[in-house]
Amino acid sequence: MADFLFYLFAFLTVLAAMGVVVNRNAVNAAMCLLLSFAGVAALFTMLDSGLLAFVFLLVYAGAVVVLFLFVVMLLDVQGGDPRKPYQPITAAAAGVALALLTTGLLSLAERGRLPGSVPAAAPGFKEFAARLFTTYLLPVEVTGFLLLIAMLGVVVLSKRLETRGAVK
Amino acid sequence: MSALPSLLAVASLPAEAGLNHYLLVSALLFAIGFFGVLLRKNTLVIYMCLELMLNASALAAVAFSRHNGTIDGLVLVFFIITVAAAEVAVGLAIIVALFRLRHTVQVEELTLLKN
Repeated sequence: MADFLFYLFAFLTVLAAMGVVVNRNAVNAAMCLLLSFAGVAALFTMLDSGLLAFVFLLVYAGAVVVLFLFVVMLLDVQGGDPRKPYQPITAAAAGVALALLTTGLLSLAERGRLPGSVPAAAPGFKEFAARLFTTYLLPVEVTGFLLLIAMLGVVVLSKRLETRGAVK
Repeated sequence: MSALPSLLAVASLPAEAGLNHYLLVSALLFAIGFFGVLLRKNTLVIYMCLELMLNASALAAVAFSRHNGTIDGLVLVFFIITVAAAEVAVGLAIIVALFRLRHTVQVEELTLLKN
């Protein structure tokens, strides 16, 4: 049953990610992104990391996708991509990337016989919280400060400054 | 060519979902995001594909951490998610500021630094 669920969510995640790339409409791409995030959160749950799945859904599906949709509709760029030919350098980069991906998959098939995951005891919320407030107390504080700085930066960036006209 | 049968063995995956399976999904997600960054021309969609790549790495980190049996990797992913939220907010603000300046989000028309 768990394996069936794994395949279901894996295919959902990958297909939705393909939808992000293929869709010409930015709003549809954002919706596919939401579906892909939900699939990744489900995979987190399959890995017995329920807290991370919850945080992931809260942050990504709740905040990031809404932010994306808000900006897409604010800028009102419905046209999608112009059908122009790609630069030769893009084709070369795509070729190199495809070769690297094929090599990676082949090496995974050759010697990727890693043992199965999921050890017996998954860490619970209590252990997670204890670790966050003892060992990782300083990173938690620094991350909070980073969020504050990011908020200030976004406010400054979004403000229409009078001196910005000189940049043009 | 000797690798072809083993590649087919990966294609017909066994029933039990182990670490390999999660790594495969992560690699596919990362590759899809990378090709999106390469092939799309709308800055917003490119940014979405960047997020896909970040998610793929987070998925791999969680899978490795669960395989390792320690909690530190999960805490790291927790911090990654937090920083990614800040990163998305700042990046979208930059895109909006860019749109105000140039009135386009197509990367081929953003040639302010050329020459």
